[in-house]
Amino acid sequence: MRRNQVAVVGAAETTELGVIPNMSQIQLHADAALNAIADAGLKLSDIDGFATAVETPQQVCHYLGIKPTWVDGTSVGGCSFMLHVRHAAAAIEAGLCKTVLITHAESGKSMIGKQPRYTPPDSLNGQFESPFGVFGPPSMFPIPVLRFMKTYGITHEQLAMVAVVQREWAAKNPRASMKDPITVSDVLNSRMIAYPFRLLQCCLVTDGGGALILTSADRARDFPRKPVYILGTGESVETPMVSQMETFNSSRAFKVAGPLAFKEAGITHKDVDHLMIYDAFAHLPLFGLGDLGFMPYEETGKFIADGNTRPGGKLPLNTNGGGLSYMHSGMYGMYALQESVRQMRGIAPAQVPNAKISVCHGVGGMFAASGTIIFTNER
Amino acid sequence: MAEPQRARPKPTPETQHFWDGTKAGELRLQRCDACAHVYFPPRPFCPSCASRKVSIFKASGKGMLYSYVINHRPPAPGFTPPYAIAVVELDEGPRMMSNIIDCPQTPEALELDMKLEVAFENLDDKITLPVFRPAKG
Repeated sequence: MRRNQVAVVGAAETTELGVIPNMSQIQLHADAALNAIADAGLKLSDIDGFATAVETPQQVCHYLGIKPTWVDGTSVGGCSFMLHVRHAAAAIEAGLCKTVLITHAESGKSMIGKQPRYTPPDSLNGQFESPFGVFGPPSMFPIPVLRFMKTYGITHEQLAMVAVVQREWAAKNPRASMKDPITVSDVLNSRMIAYPFRLLQCCLVTDGGGALILTSADRARDFPRKPVYILGTGESVETPMVSQMETFNSSRAFKVAGPLAFKEAGITHKDVDHLMIYDAFAHLPLFGLGDLGFMPYEETGKFIADGNTRPGGKLPLNTNGGGLSYMHSGMYGMYALQESVRQMRGIAPAQVPNAKISVCHGVGGMFAASGTIIFTNER
Repeated sequence: MAEPQRARPKPTPETQHFWDGTKAGELRLQRCDACAHVYFPPRPFCPSCASRKVSIFKASGKGMLYSYVINHRPPAPGFTPPYAIAVVELDEGPRMMSNIIDCPQTPEALELDMKLEVAFENLDDKITLPVFRPAKG
């Protein structure tokens, strides 16, 4: 895909984040969408392309009253929205539509109008993983961690520092769910969830949503907000079964999606001013730093523990507080994208001074899928 | 009220041989006749070279502990926490999720790379699960 041909011209989250007991999941979609449309200075009737995940495009389009000529219902987990951005950019470039709305919403905490997850007993997951006691992401996502730690000499303290540093970012963010400072000791003494991970190394469970509006870069100049351009994109999938990953020393989906985006953007790692790596659990930033080629895997734990990703550090990472401290409704990718857009607009609560390039990397399922979007505010 | 039950696999035509195997006390894998790739989970073609000529064979049942978590909460129905959810690397190459029996469910006892051997746990008269225990000797 060509660089900087498509831009984000509208971006917003739901009016509230956290616990929203007075709104169903579909209404959270609408709340985010209406906020994004207002942010872009558009009318609903201007939207001719639509993408969402979990809910179908027809559900949300009907609810909102949108009549699209292009839809994308790609639903590969929490990074679905990175894939939507990529697909939308291609569709706009191909002339299939002009103005795309992407929505995410999840009543992850209050569970209003949300279908429970179900693994059929005759699926491969149902036959070859469920019988052995997996029960929700905390029992599955950390399964590779002990192997990764042994292979690369990563310590429990380093993995605790991921949560500590992200809480430092969250403290700067009025909308973050958890803002009180924590220490390595707090993390390592929090309730055990699934060894080696404790409560503070697992993502929050909240309600919320977000929406993005994309159009061609040429049209983007006429919008009220500073355009944020799509510089590079990548995507991939590996396996829905965490046990069947090629290796626990890296993520194949990350290693495909990330470098694709860097190649398309034509940038090197030194060019990156701001980085988001979807942190459903504390090991994901380490996988991301290694798989995206920022450094050898052996150095990832020390890099974070030494403070390089904290406020004022040389590689600001997960500057909204991340899934560990900002919010995590279940499919966090949309919130990572929102933070990249805020940073590129220059309006983030914890703004990185003069940031020009933001890399936003997402995961879907338990390393099942991946999407990477590289944004810039310069064209 | 009945105790909540452990999730039961429901075989499909492509996986029936595996579950017939565990019931008969065998861990069955598949090998590609064209490229010799050994793979899991079951399917009637090779995921490496796409050949439909594949054979089912009885695996050694030996392997090693590749990685695991010890799940504390929330426990799956039918499980008493803490319990380990393990991924075993079989000597033939493929990995599979399983549980580790005859071993304390602690980080000290569950050492990565420890040798394991398959055992079989009857869930009912239709389904037997492959589980693993520390290898003897």
